[in-house]
Amino acid sequence: MLKAEHEIHQRRFGRNLGLGLVLVAFVALVFGLTVVKVTRGDPMQGFDHVVRPEMAPAEAQGGN
Amino acid sequence: MSDIHANGAMSEAQPGEAGFGDFIALLKPRVMSLVVFTALVGLLVAPVPVHPFVAATCILFIALGGGASGALNMWWDADIDRVMRRTKGRPIPAGKVQPGEALGLGLALSGLSVMMLALAANVQAAALLAFTIFFYVVIYSMWLKRSTPQNIVIGGAAGAFPPMIGWVCATGSVGIEAVLMFTLIFMWTPPHFWALALFMNSDYEKAGVPMLTVTHGKRSTRNHILGYTIALVPFALALGVTSIGGPIYMAVAIALNIGFLIGAVAIWRRDEAKAEADGYRLEKKVFAFSLLYLFLHFGALLAEAALRPWGLGGW
Repeated sequence: MLKAEHEIHQRRFGRNLGLGLVLVAFVALVFGLTVVKVTRGDPMQGFDHVVRPEMAPAEAQGGN
Repeated sequence: MSDIHANGAMSEAQPGEAGFGDFIALLKPRVMSLVVFTALVGLLVAPVPVHPFVAATCILFIALGGGASGALNMWWDADIDRVMRRTKGRPIPAGKVQPGEALGLGLALSGLSVMMLALAANVQAAALLAFTIFFYVVIYSMWLKRSTPQNIVIGGAAGAFPPMIGWVCATGSVGIEAVLMFTLIFMWTPPHFWALALFMNSDYEKAGVPMLTVTHGKRSTRNHILGYTIALVPFALALGVTSIGGPIYMAVAIALNIGFLIGAVAIWRRDEAKAEADGYRLEKKVFAFSLLYLFLHFGALLAEAALRPWGLGGW
């Protein structure tokens, strides 16, 4: 009986370890994707609803 | 040695006792490998370059979406999987995973894969992946598989979508090339599966799945294999004259299509007595060749794309 329970615990540990690794990999993947998107994502600044002089070419040209 | 309780055999899975590998098996890893390969080719041959990390993420979630539909298929088909020799070792009929667990995993991974593909690539690709999962699970597994001998024909569309999704990940829209890659797999699926059904007939019969061999007999199945193979050829060759084709693809496609046609004609000319006498040797050979057929067509497309930077690929 004890041996049977031990095997089940071992299997549960294996499953939890597997799930843990999957979650860590998922976090790493989302982080990596974010880094790639942000470093290449030039139009992203345009969506933050904040006026930025460097994003408004007409104004930038009009200034000194 | 065994995970059976000391007080007796355990025929039904208990909640929370499946191993990690059992959940992986629910995702049909072998089918996933074909999804990964064709989706990767679809993505790489597209004219828009994709960052390698983004490309890898796209392929991962297209594969995961395919895996999720596999889990949902196993949940729905657990009753017939128990009957068929080929499938009775699957996690649910083997009593390792509960049907509810498979359903939960399938639904969760479907949502996750579609959402992540939308974030990694674009909404169009994600919508196509969602439709593919819906098509495979609802249209094929729940509806067509048990109701019509044409199940394989229409259900084959689910397996044909991955290269198109890969293409849409890169370009954001569906082009003629993506449609022809889809059609190549779509038209290839019926002769491929019917060749298998010719020598696996007894299993489908036992499970009550209306495979063409069961409902219309093997003579009719042989006719169908030839008919669909002839219909497949123009689509396979047409891909060669699009922007992703080229002389390498064309040479490979001509050779493979001649080979497949010869095999289909040979299957068509055989009668059951001859086939049974040699243990369906020819049918097994054509089935194996059909796998190579698809792999080499997509491999040739990949070769064209790989050689393009050196001015060698394409027309």
